[in-house]
Amino acid sequence: MLDFSVPRGEIEFFLNGRPCRARKGDTLAAALWALGVRRFGLSRKKREPRGPFCFIGRCHDCEVSVDGRPRVKACMTEVRPGMRVEIPGEVGDEEALSP
Amino acid sequence: MKKPYPLEDRELVVVGAGPAGMCAAQTAANCGMDVLLLEETAKCGGQLNKQIHKFFGSREHGAGKRGFEIARELEGACRSAGVEIRTKNPVIGGFSDGRLLVRGETGLYLAEPRALIVAAGAQEKPLAFPGWTLPGVMGAGAAQTLMNLYGVLPGKRVVMVGSGNVGLIVSYQLIQAGAGVAVVEIGEEAGGYRVHANRLLALGVPFLFRHEVVGAEGGDSVEAVVLRDLESGRLKRIRADCVCLAVGMSPLVELPLMLGCEMAYRGCLGGWLPQHDREMRTTQPSVWVAGDASGVEEASVAMEEGRLAAASAARDAGRIRGKRAEKLIGEIQARLCELRGGPYNWERRQAKECLGSVTRTA
Repeated sequence: MLDFSVPRGEIEFFLNGRPCRARKGDTLAAALWALGVRRFGLSRKKREPRGPFCFIGRCHDCEVSVDGRPRVKACMTEVRPGMRVEIPGEVGDEEALSP
Repeated sequence: MKKPYPLEDRELVVVGAGPAGMCAAQTAANCGMDVLLLEETAKCGGQLNKQIHKFFGSREHGAGKRGFEIARELEGACRSAGVEIRTKNPVIGGFSDGRLLVRGETGLYLAEPRALIVAAGAQEKPLAFPGWTLPGVMGAGAAQTLMNLYGVLPGKRVVMVGSGNVGLIVSYQLIQAGAGVAVVEIGEEAGGYRVHANRLLALGVPFLFRHEVVGAEGGDSVEAVVLRDLESGRLKRIRADCVCLAVGMSPLVELPLMLGCEMAYRGCLGGWLPQHDREMRTTQPSVWVAGDASGVEEASVAMEEGRLAAASAARDAGRIRGKRAEKLIGEIQARLCELRGGPYNWERRQAKECLGSVTRTA
């Protein structure tokens, strides 16, 4: 019933300048989570780590910068070829991120 | 001067294409109304899309089918009834005169409906404890979205907080997907249906009853959860990379609030909700609510509430009249009453009846 063996990777996008692969139709939040990214952004006041809480566009905790636009909800944004995503600081699992 | 927003003059606008919104749109269109259905996401179905388990209940509410199958059926029924569906069209504002500001794919526009049904759904309740904002702490429904819609595993070692039906079903699906799960429950027994709990028990899933979450620990994401045994007072630390909170949902009330609907608080229905009568009419003229947005219950209830709101709106618009209108509304109300039967739903049925009898519409 659940198929986790689907190959991920028709789409190439960039995370902090590094090329990564995602599956067509994925939201950016799902694509980043699949790559091992857990911390998406930092809270505005205390600069604490934040990651997706709801995955349905309500909590704003998955906001990242997309193609220069700040604070875009990753869970409501479909990943597109060539998309440039910025997350402050070092992110994710280095091994998973290499194409 | 800035150019005014384009205006859409419609007989009925339905906000939200989940089970309630789709049933509302279909019923209204079948009564002859011109219907525009607005959906924020790219796909109709709402939370049905991530329900891969078979539904219980009666055949007319899709028992034996999986949620996403029901979603496709309802969408097809809407299309054949002549509903205009616009996905990726979030409603971002509402005014007390009933107009809506919508973000379309090519820009903002104003919808000016003569009748409006708000079926915006619900959101998961958070649970505040030190570390609850750490990445990896998420709603149980969020985990379900991630794995069932996108095929991505939320975590390898998951602590499920809460053992209602959502907590139990998502736990089972996490295990099917290859994760390890422990269920934490503050009460003495599982809150959801026994059939769901038994499936987990049969798989050897640990249930920590009479335990509460004291905190989540980690650097950039969750690494461990600290629990307190309420009997002994002892603390336990469990290694985990994901904490799922299944502690209930609350209606999404932003739009009814903007529209000026009077609100009521009903804990058993998820908290604050728009006051509404027995036909789902709010205190604002020509605004109805339906589904979880009017109080969190089951998907089958949401479907009937959508139909009820639509029938009421169609009668007000003169699209159905007299005995036919009374019969349609009466039949839906009877089905709702049946769905809310049984001790499990007693409190919610009382709360809904009480709301209906006190609501005075303008």
